[in-house]
Order: sequence, then structure tokens, then C-alpha cells
Amino acid sequence: MAFNQELEAITQAFSGHGVDEKSLIAVLGKWDPLERETYRKKTSHFFIEDHERQFQRWNDHCVRLLKHEFVRFKNAVVLWSMHPWERDARLAKEALKKGSISYGVLIEIACTRSSEELLGARKAYHSLFDHSIEEDVASHIHGNDRKLLVALVSAYRYEGTKVKDDTAKSEAKTLSNAIKNAQNKPIVEDDEVIRILATRSKLHLQAVYKHYKEISGKNLEEDLNDLRFKETVQCLCTPQVYFSKVLDAALKNDVNKNIKKSLTRVIVTRADIDMKEIKAEYNNLYGVSLPQKIEETAKGNYKDFLLTLIARGG
Amino acid sequence: MATIVVHSQTSPVQDAEALRLAFKGWGADNKAIIAILGHRNVHQRQQIRKAYEELFEEDLIKRLESEISGDFERAVYRWMLDPADRDAVLINVAIRNGNKDYHVVAEIASVLSTEELLAVRRAYHNRYKRSIEEDVSAHTTGHLRQLLVGLVSSFRYEGDEINAKLAQTEANIIHESVKEKKGNNEEVIRILTTRSKTQLVATFNRYRDEHGISISKKLLDQTSDDFQKTLHTAIRCINDHKKYYEKVLRNAIKKFGTDEDGLSRVIVTRAEKDLRDIKELYYKRNSVHLEDEVSKETSGDYKKFILTLLGKHD
Repeated sequence: MAFNQELEAITQAFSGHGVDEKSLIAVLGKWDPLERETYRKKTSHFFIEDHERQFQRWNDHCVRLLKHEFVRFKNAVVLWSMHPWERDARLAKEALKKGSISYGVLIEIACTRSSEELLGARKAYHSLFDHSIEEDVASHIHGNDRKLLVALVSAYRYEGTKVKDDTAKSEAKTLSNAIKNAQNKPIVEDDEVIRILATRSKLHLQAVYKHYKEISGKNLEEDLNDLRFKETVQCLCTPQVYFSKVLDAALKNDVNKNIKKSLTRVIVTRADIDMKEIKAEYNNLYGVSLPQKIEETAKGNYKDFLLTLIARGG
Repeated sequence: MATIVVHSQTSPVQDAEALRLAFKGWGADNKAIIAILGHRNVHQRQQIRKAYEELFEEDLIKRLESEISGDFERAVYRWMLDPADRDAVLINVAIRNGNKDYHVVAEIASVLSTEELLAVRRAYHNRYKRSIEEDVSAHTTGHLRQLLVGLVSSFRYEGDEINAKLAQTEANIIHESVKEKKGNNEEVIRILTTRSKTQLVATFNRYRDEHGISISKKLLDQTSDDFQKTLHTAIRCINDHKKYYEKVLRNAIKKFGTDEDGLSRVIVTRAEKDLRDIKELYYKRNSVHLEDEVSKETSGDYKKFILTLLGKHD
């Protein structure tokens, strides 16, 4: 390779999700001191030129960011080998600690897991943290989100096939009225909306979703202008669409670290559940296959690990 | 300690045949039914039910329902159900009875252990094809709904740890809320429905130490509405459920209040658990034996059955 191509290879090795270990070994490992100095001088977003003292030093912030990228593979491996219950309990705890930007993760766990999976997460939470998950959610979260989130993590939904269609129809009407009345009474304060979303079975909610569309012509989550309620409905009624959207947001090149982490989380937590359906939905929504997008945006061992997880079960 | 007197050398097949004999002819031999079922523990009763089904291709419970009637039938029916199924039925009946019986929902949800409550939630799914929280929330509103849904959905941590500082803080929150009657109910609900029972007892003790009166006594004069009444029940059950049950029995015998079913419910649900302790408490409080009071206030086969469960020798 010409030196310029090598420079490009190293820049690429450090951009995206994870790092390209092979290129770093093959190229960076072989460069002599002069080549490395040229690399530092030409990579101003990583190295700060100290003109006075005639040397270039690493930007500390970049070193910290790079650490995250190197460790992305390790985190994926650790998360993958965890028991799903421990996994969800730890993800929930982390989300609580991070604050409101991460409450979406709580909603994701509470709403996309089966009743038994969510129960298992609650048991693991007891074991790991000596508290119940609802205790911590209720005492750490204040304001509007609390009612919804406590209700969602406490649910033990019926999972059988029986659905009362008249009830579903009437509850679709209730939701429609609540949404129309949102000016006078915000959705977040509407106990009936929370009741329906937090207690009804998923099959029942899908019927409500369908009736809502018939009544108002739009999808329920489009009309809900509170982010948490939107996420709740998406997770409960159209989880594969939800996951595809999360993946798409994560598979961009310049995203904040929380969004970046969701790539590992979604792939590790769904690989054994509904990855096939998510892949299909992703393709449907964005016109490109998920493996291809990962190939473009992720690097090295991390990339290979993700692709292996996605390829399982066809 | 349990009160029922169990015969250890029994054969489910013999019992099933004896019961079949008891059903023969005009009217049932209630004495025989009591003599058998009143002296069998939960495992034996399950085996008898199974043996009866295998021998006579009929559900013993359904047969009993058609052979006997009144208070006697209701007590025997409940006695024959699996404990979790029984509690699910009691909760469903209480919900349908509405206002006067919501305290029964709070009672069951607060007295049971975390795993026992979970078993009831599963039994409820199986029997009614809905979740408890679905039904409870659809029949109630406002703070009463929040409290009841929180109680039935709790999955409390069961460790022994006590956070003394937290107990202090939360005792204060409860105090502030009780002081101004329409105080911060949401916080009281949060604490009561999410904290571990050990932590709650520590909190109640802290309250009593600080304010010279136990929280349940303080609430006694504030049981004006359903929410307060239910709150009071939950607190008493978590704090000292045997004392609570003694009072339910006392009220039922004196025909005080509206919990007519209390006598049957307490005796049937606690006979295999701690009815002996409750009996002792009853004697200490009232200077008369529970069996003697029951003898005076009830009659017929219902009386004979209840006394058998209380451990009275024939």
C-alpha cells in the first residue's frame, strides 16, 4: 500500500463502531517512527500540535473515546454471555443511574420482553441489587414519567389468546378521546391511558391499535406526542419497527455514546428472539440489509461478532 | 401453626370412593364429607381430586357444588381449591363486589409472600384469561386504583436489610401525608407498594417511635373513604397480619361491619398456615375461645365444617 492509502486505512480503523484490530496490527504495527510522526501531524482531530516544543500529543478526550471503541467488543461479549435475566436487570439499573435520557431503555425492557422474561429480570434485580426494580424506579424517577414507568415494570400481562374485541374497540375510543383532549389534559396525566397501556395483554393492545387506526386513520404512536408514550406503544405493538428504528439511529457515524451503545444492546438482546423479523423490517424501512449496514459502519472483532449474532437462525 | 387435624395414613382412592358413597341417594352425607375433607391437607386433597377424576370421570369440585349448598358449600368449595387458585377466586369476587370488598384485595396482596402472590397472579391468568391488574384497574379510579394495582403488582424484595435513614425519611413522608388528610398520597402509595416488608415494618416502627402512636391507630379515625380504608388494611396486614385477622374474626362474629365473609375466608385460608396463633391472639384479646364463639354464631353443616378446620375434635 502507498503511505496515503495506509493513512486512510488507519483513519478508517478508528472510525465507526469498534476498531479494526487487523489494520492496526498490520499497518500501525509496521510503521517506523517517521511514518508515525507523519500520521500524528496529519491527524489533527486526534493529536494536538505543540508548536513551541515541537511535538504532537494525544487529545485526552479522544483517548477516552477510543477506549470506548476498543472495549465495545468486550462489552458485547460479556453482555452476550450473561443470563438474559441478569442482562435485563443490569441494563435497567444502568438506565436508572443515567437518568431520563435512558428511560427509553426501561420502557424497551418492560414492554418487549415476555411476561416470564420480565419477571426473571425482576428476580435477578432482587439478587443483584437487594431492592425491587419498582422500588428503585419509583424512588429515582419523579414527575410525569414515574406513574407510567412503575406501572410498566410491574406488569405481569396475561399471555393467552383470549381477547374481548368490544373492550378493545371501546378502549381505542377512550384513547382517541384522550388524545383529542390533550390540550386540556395532557396524556401523561391521563390515568386511563396508563391503565390501558400498562395492564392489558399484548394481543389485546394489538386489537386496540387496529381499532384506533380504523377510528382515526392514523397509527396510535403517531398521535401521541409524549415521547415515553410513543415508545411504549411502539414497543408493545410494533416491536420490530421500534428495534429497526433504534438500530438505524445507532448505525450512523457521528452519534453520542448512549445511542451507540444501543447497537450492542439491541443485537445481543434480540439475537435469540426476533432478529429475523427485525432484519426483514429493517430492510423494509430503509432499503438496505442490516448486515450490510453493519459491515459499513462497524469495525474489526466487534463487527464480526455482531454479524455472527445476527446470522444465527437464518 | 396450622389448626387442622390431619390423618396421615390415608388413601386418596379410598377417600374418593367414600365421597362417592356420600353423594349417593337423596341429599349428601355431609357428615362424611366433613369427616374426610376436613382432615386432609392440601396435598391430600389434590390427590383425592385426582383419584376421583380417574375413578369416576368427573370433577370432584363440580360434584360437590351440585350436592351441597349455602355457606357450607362455599366453604368446602374454597377449601378444595389450590391455595393460589383460591386467592385468585377471592380477589375476583372482591373486585366484582366493589367498594365494600376492595380491602380483601389489599388483604390478600399484602399478607402473601412475593412468591405466593406471583402464584396467585398466574392462577388468575389461567382462570380468568386476564391479569389481576387489568381487572382491578378497570374497576377503580384515582388513588384507590393506584394503591390496589401497586399492591397486586408488587414483587417485593424479601431480604432482611433495613436502611434506617430511609425508614426515617419515609416515616416522615407518611406522617406529613397523614397530617393533612389529602396529603401526598402518591408518595405513601409509592412507599407502601414498592418497599420490602422488612423495610416497611422498620418504617412503621420509626413512625411509632417518633409520634407516639402507631400508624394504624392514627389512620383509624380517617377511614372515611375507600382509599383510606384500603390503605389502612394494607398497613395493618404488612405490620402484623395475625392481629389483623383476629380483628376480622372478631368483627365477623360480632356482626360488626360489612365483611360478612370474613369468618369463612380467614378460617379457610389460614387453617393450614397460622390459624393456631390467631386463635391464641383471639383468646388473649377476648377471654373466650374462638371455637366457642363460632359455635354460638353459626349453625348446621357449615358450623361443623368450620369447627373441624379449627381443630375441634368430634
